[in-house]
Amino acid sequence: MRHTTLNARRLLCPLPVIRTQDKIKTLDTGDVLTVECTDPGVMHDIPAWCRVNGHTVLETRTENGEYIVVVAVG
Amino acid sequence: MSQSRKAVALISGGLDSMLAAKTIMDQGIHVEGINFFTGFCVEGHTHAIRKQDSDKVKRNNALWVAEQLGIKLHIIDIIDEYKQVLLNPKHGYGANLNPCLDCKIFMVNKAKQWMQQNDFDFIITGEVVGQRPMSQRKMTMPIVAAESGADDLLVRPLSAQNLPATLPEREGWITRAKLFGFSGRSRKPQMTLASQLGFTDYAQPAGGCCFLTDASYSKKLVDLWQARGKRDYELDDVMLLKVGRHIRPSKNFKLIIAREDGEAQFMSGYKKQFISMNCASHRGPLVLIDGAPDENDLQLAARITARYGQGRDAEQVDVTIRDHNGNERNTTVKPLHGDDIPETWFV
Repeated sequence: MRHTTLNARRLLCPLPVIRTQDKIKTLDTGDVLTVECTDPGVMHDIPAWCRVNGHTVLETRTENGEYIVVVAVG
Repeated sequence: MSQSRKAVALISGGLDSMLAAKTIMDQGIHVEGINFFTGFCVEGHTHAIRKQDSDKVKRNNALWVAEQLGIKLHIIDIIDEYKQVLLNPKHGYGANLNPCLDCKIFMVNKAKQWMQQNDFDFIITGEVVGQRPMSQRKMTMPIVAAESGADDLLVRPLSAQNLPATLPEREGWITRAKLFGFSGRSRKPQMTLASQLGFTDYAQPAGGCCFLTDASYSKKLVDLWQARGKRDYELDDVMLLKVGRHIRPSKNFKLIIAREDGEAQFMSGYKKQFISMNCASHRGPLVLIDGAPDENDLQLAARITARYGQGRDAEQVDVTIRDHNGNERNTTVKPLHGDDIPETWFV
């Protein structure tokens, strides 16, 4: 299992979702991806994208004005 | 009918594409959605930027539709490729800079490529004959099918009975009699079908989803091309045209003035790419200067910046000018009176 971080700062939705989608294509089931964003819309959109595409959101949090979404690849 | 057939549905987030996908799913076909991001999509962006919209639901409608349907959604970044569609549309523009017919052809072609790469069998769109003045007319719908290369693998479930039978219909993968014959601009048939299918919540029917259909946005884009002397753009240009008040005193520079805190926060991310200004002695907006201003231009820009701050009626206002490297200096100016800003400067 790998832990990977994706910098999606300054991108507005749906670009953080697209970058997450593209990154996950390179990962394996069970890998964990942490996405770091500045658009609060990701708190809704990345979990929604994960739900329809079979991935699991492990955590969402705000940290120093940024929005962090942690995804387990399904 | 085969359970193993698979279709890719263009999902915009609106009602028509949702109904089209559902109609085919109900015939036992495996459907997955595809959604394209051109950079000009209204979806999400302005809500994300503008603080005054913060009470609005920030859902992505395409994702929301996929959830309602229980299908996968693949969102495709076509920002770079889309330039050629916008800059050189074979079929021209609509009322503004909207190349709707070329756009539809391009997207169906991209869907066809995705279909082939992922071993799917046909394509679904929510097009309705006569629904849109440019891209959804009886005479243009065959053009979309032909020029996209999708040909008879393109199924429009809501209008299928007004159109020649497609391959999936002829082969019996789907039943033509269970498709629809909607036409015209009325939304009633779609709303009735939505009700029958149990959909009570959906995005505004046939709502504008593209900034290029907006007259004000199109005017700003033309202004940008004229000022730069070439018809081209980058994603940052596209984004910044969505925010702020744009004032162009001359061809070599314009001001982008934040209208509220949300826009200022978004624009602050561009401070390293633009000269920026804000009032130092009074509260006032963040201003980005696009172009190549000389010192006289900067003084004029400072006076305009002061005019949009709380010191607009003061005799003097201190304005901070910041270069791309973050080096700051202050200048003291008399705010420009509102009447001294010609209407023609407003883009």
